[in-house]
Amino acid sequence: MPIEVLIKALFIFFVVVGAFAPVITWIERKQSAVMQDRIGANRADVAGITILGLMHPLADVLKLMTKEDVVPRGANRVIHILAPMVGALPALIAYAVIPFGGVYTFGDRTISLIAANPDWGLLYVFAIGSLATYGAVMAGWASNNNWSLIGGLRASAQMISYEVTMGLSVVGIFMVFGTLQLQDMVLAQDATFRVFGFLEVIFGIPIPWLDWLRLPAWGIFYQPLAFILFLTTVMAENKRPPFDMPEGESEIVAGYFLEYSGMRFGLFYMSEFIEIVVIAGLTTTLFLGGWTVPWLTQETIIGWIGAAFGVGFATGLCVLVHFGSFMLKVLLMIWLQMALRWTLPRFRYDQVMDLCWKAILPLSIANIFVTGLVLLLVRG
Amino acid sequence: MEIPAILFYFFAALAVISALAVVLNVRNTVAAALNLVVTMVSLAVIYVLMEAHLVAAIQIMVYGGAIVVLFLFVVMLLNLRTDTFPPGRQRLMKLVAVPLGLLVLAQLLRASGGLPEAPPVPQGFGGYRQLGIALFTDYVLLAEMASLLLTAAMVGALILAKRKID
Amino acid sequence: MVPLDHVIGLSAILFTIGTIGVVTRRNVIVILMSIELMLNAVNLAFVGFNRMSASAGGQVDGHIFVLMVITVAAAEVAVGLGIVISMFRNRDSINVEDVSLLKW
Repeated sequence: MPIEVLIKALFIFFVVVGAFAPVITWIERKQSAVMQDRIGANRADVAGITILGLMHPLADVLKLMTKEDVVPRGANRVIHILAPMVGALPALIAYAVIPFGGVYTFGDRTISLIAANPDWGLLYVFAIGSLATYGAVMAGWASNNNWSLIGGLRASAQMISYEVTMGLSVVGIFMVFGTLQLQDMVLAQDATFRVFGFLEVIFGIPIPWLDWLRLPAWGIFYQPLAFILFLTTVMAENKRPPFDMPEGESEIVAGYFLEYSGMRFGLFYMSEFIEIVVIAGLTTTLFLGGWTVPWLTQETIIGWIGAAFGVGFATGLCVLVHFGSFMLKVLLMIWLQMALRWTLPRFRYDQVMDLCWKAILPLSIANIFVTGLVLLLVRG
Repeated sequence: MEIPAILFYFFAALAVISALAVVLNVRNTVAAALNLVVTMVSLAVIYVLMEAHLVAAIQIMVYGGAIVVLFLFVVMLLNLRTDTFPPGRQRLMKLVAVPLGLLVLAQLLRASGGLPEAPPVPQGFGGYRQLGIALFTDYVLLAEMASLLLTAAMVGALILAKRKID
Repeated sequence: MVPLDHVIGLSAILFTIGTIGVVTRRNVIVILMSIELMLNAVNLAFVGFNRMSASAGGQVDGHIFVLMVITVAAAEVAVGLGIVISMFRNRDSINVEDVSLLKW
């Protein structure tokens, strides 16, 4: 049993997170280049081979590893050294509860492609996300630099404000699916629902000629407002532009990671990109149906392929189909975050705080009320 | 010794060592706050070992993720670099406090000795469903009073931290 | 599973360390942190006793109490830190012995 968890954890670390973080640096450069009508970075080569600039992540890593590691004078040495590690750890372990595949039975063994499935999986993600504040706070304090201090202050206030709204905007999803276990939530999204079914249930008006119009039972169709609110708050939690006031490049030089160079800066940089993957994975699981294929449930897929090739092979192929579907949706969410990053200008700090407390908080509470009302009417 | 016992003793030792570091840390307030986080997280692990899952998650979220961040925020806002407190009547206090503390400890340990073994636990114990049902049926008055208390604290903190009341 | 008097013993040790912190230190913020330590020790005792009396009914009254204690601690920290900020603005020091005008 523990060996299974270890294999899944290693798989997540090396394939899902570890392969994605350098690829995202390439995606950022190339996508911004395409959006801004230029070519982007394409000159780093290995023995004369440049594949569209895919050698640049390798060049980045080599450059960061060979730079000098500086601890500024007067800085608290222990906290300065610990801060990048404390900042990177929550981003890495948040992936333990995100399901990247379904529940499959091979003969007599049931395998669920999720590293850990506690009863309170979503609470685990929020608890780990709330610990992510410490990296920025420790870095801002320990650098003995006024710009870092201002960056650390802004980071801590922004992150603890947006944690509140992040939790509240997901309460609607929790009410609809009735469980905090992420694998059960995705299994519940492996179905379709009639779009106009609520007319029949609430008002008693059957519309039989519209019964063919079925949407996949994804969270985004049940809770569209919660999707927008959650995406906004979780991008603000990650201190990603347009919310990158804590590292405002034009005002406070680089904010809380000003005094970091070499691989420790690389660790901060990488932890921001790993959190992009975490955000993509989390949004996919909650709102976009996780590893499910729209309109094709797991029984349908195994039924079709199993009729031709046998059930064991069909289940194996289904694993690949579901994992590919998950990866595709994660890539879509990463593309969306990159597009938002390169489109919107940076918010001013009081605009960031106003958005959280005066706009997103009332909207998420209103969402909870409306969801409760609709659930009361539909489910009796 | 099975694994839950090993984990419990390890995290109990970690909690005690970080608690001592919070209290005995003379010059560095930020290091004291970070040791407080270590204490909170090790206590949360001990709660999970005792099947109190929701309480552990709330401990990390509220204590470790918000309250100690508030401490660090105030330290950074007031830019309290080092404490330069002159020695005063500290010596007498320390001499009295430590034996008093040991006396309290001895009394508490004597009162808590001889507890029976832990019984097995029903399914869903300490989960969010059971706690939610209990909180909103048996203890609904407590929940409403807690929300009133938090509102009062919010208003109080806002007024205390303003520069001038206009 | 661990015998429960070890859990209560850990709670007692943490409570004592918190008490020593409140009595001995003069930095207001460290005093507030020691109060948090004492509240945590009490929470541990609640959870321990609830675990011991988790019979077939499975009541979670101790956990409800722990939630209330965490709520009260959060409210107290917010107001306490507001007081610390006002104190710092008036006297430019966070030493408790500088605000001891009402002492005998």
